[in-house]
Amino acid sequence: MSQQDAAGPSQVPSEVPGHVRDERLKEASFILRMMRRPELGAVMGLVIVTVFFIMVANATMFEFSGIMNFLAPAAQLGILAIGASLLMVGGEFDLSVGSMVAFTGLIFAACVVTMGLPLPFAIAITLAFAAAMGLLNGQIVIHTGLPSFIVTLAFLFILRGLSLVGLKWATGGSTQLRGVREAATESPLDAFFYEIFAGDAFEGLFAWLAANDLIAKFPNGQPKVTGIPIEIIWFALIAILAAWVLTRTRYGNWIFASGGDQEAARNSGVPVRRVKTSLFMITACCAALVAILTVLDSGSTDARRGFQKEFEAIIAAVIGGCLLTGGYGSAVGAAIGAVIFGMVLIGLTYTTIDQDWYLVFLGAMLLMAVFFNNIIRKRVTGER
Amino acid sequence: MPAPAPLVEMRDIEKHFGSVIALSGVSVTVNAGEVHCLLGDNGAGKSTFIKTMAGVHKPTSGQMLIDGKPVHFSGPRAALDAGIATVYQDLAMIPLMSVTRNFFMGREPVKGIWPFRYVDFDFCDRITREEMKRIGIDVRDPGQAVGTLSGGERQCVAISRAVYFGAKVLILDEPTSALGVRQTSMVLKYIDMVRKKGLGVVFITHNVRHAIAVGNRFTVLNRGKTLGTAARGEISAEELQTMMAGGKELAELSSELGGTV
Repeated sequence: MSQQDAAGPSQVPSEVPGHVRDERLKEASFILRMMRRPELGAVMGLVIVTVFFIMVANATMFEFSGIMNFLAPAAQLGILAIGASLLMVGGEFDLSVGSMVAFTGLIFAACVVTMGLPLPFAIAITLAFAAAMGLLNGQIVIHTGLPSFIVTLAFLFILRGLSLVGLKWATGGSTQLRGVREAATESPLDAFFYEIFAGDAFEGLFAWLAANDLIAKFPNGQPKVTGIPIEIIWFALIAILAAWVLTRTRYGNWIFASGGDQEAARNSGVPVRRVKTSLFMITACCAALVAILTVLDSGSTDARRGFQKEFEAIIAAVIGGCLLTGGYGSAVGAAIGAVIFGMVLIGLTYTTIDQDWYLVFLGAMLLMAVFFNNIIRKRVTGER
Repeated sequence: MPAPAPLVEMRDIEKHFGSVIALSGVSVTVNAGEVHCLLGDNGAGKSTFIKTMAGVHKPTSGQMLIDGKPVHFSGPRAALDAGIATVYQDLAMIPLMSVTRNFFMGREPVKGIWPFRYVDFDFCDRITREEMKRIGIDVRDPGQAVGTLSGGERQCVAISRAVYFGAKVLILDEPTSALGVRQTSMVLKYIDMVRKKGLGVVFITHNVRHAIAVGNRFTVLNRGKTLGTAARGEISAEELQTMMAGGKELAELSSELGGTV
């Protein structure tokens, strides 16, 4: 058996003497390396859109306040899109994220206002609830073998309906629940958590910068931008975390494997079911986080929250390089895709162009992205 | 010197799927340093048999012994942990993923402290390149997708992965069936290399010439039964071929095989 041990990990490094870097490595050119990155399309799209608005839009769009203006909605969509992209790389869809935003928004608001729970508990309950719904979605998909497209389409309607029914029940007939902000800032504990999930970050820094004339300020001394909207911070942190998990960790490799070929993955010892279920849970929790952020931001929730966000999230993920067939994609790409969205949505208001072109753009961008992704994939993997 | 216990012994394995009897008493032993060819036409039960061996199916009845000790596998992972690695026809390789990611799929070496554990991709890339070099495959960049490799290369990557991770028994499910001549000889050469390392190889094929080229012993399956086992030199390619096709009387075959049926 000793011969066979010779193939084991222990002796391998000693066998190749000296420098291990292969001289043939150079043959994989820089361009090919860049082409191999799934984010390529999204980066190109971002450049094109940026150049377009620099030429067309009012110059205030790319001032700091303007950038914050389009990054805030981009961040909300981006958090959803990152969840969607992980799930898509894992080979599944979730069409229920939009409804999940409405439904978890209701749960959250009901916890805070109707039940009067402290904010941290309300947040924990909301996230736990979302995770449970994700678990349910995942289990149904896995155990029935039905496409996740159909299962989550069902939940798109179920959750939207439940949001309407639940809101009426919680408010006694209305489809809007108000008074979240007042109820969420009662105690010091609440106020502490409120700071993490609502308002602006780095307000002190911005006030200091304004006081020292380093950023633009109003005549009364208040900075024009009082801070970075907290959802942008969340968005950035989640993007970094998701990118790291997907590309550097074992779980990330399992996500690629589960989406690429679940039979092959299973044969290699990847716990495909666990990976997929956890991805559904993560996606749902992303939706719940967006619900918490937006409900606290506006101080109320309504049944139309997150309407059609599932499609925008999936489109952003596709622009970011995710293949509809799974096994390939990027969280950073999805984040960039969301930024493109925010830029176009808000950017059009800085131009004389009719804002409803946004929808046309949405569809066209999706088509182009899918087309582009397919070409790139064939190039890169040598498929014929 | 007493003969060492075979690496794997399958005794009277039966497998029923509902009313379908896929295997009705198959016995095969695999020794260290031999290539045991499992021949049979389509539907003979080869796939069911190796999947039972690999822990995918649980046998309806029969015994399985590893190093002389009875075992029951709860799943493919258990078989893998016992040193039985399977390279499936569909390769268990993911074309969109890089060679490195495929090589270490399911067994990624991690570094760091939880929850900041990450895969040591520098190490993975280096090992992958070295292992590929060892079997003579020109992998320009271990980051390239497996989809860019030829069929034979993919087979060799799959085999070398199993060997690297310490397989004692290697089950190869029709590794040459979809390959051209040069690709096939590349894979066969590699199978022989693996055998010389002292591994037991179960080589499933319905190509007699490929079997004769590397096999030490040959077992023919037909309609869920073992028709017999013969050692190299005891049987000709023509005889194997006829047996696979099931064209001769069993008794006649039995005498040709020296009464091993």
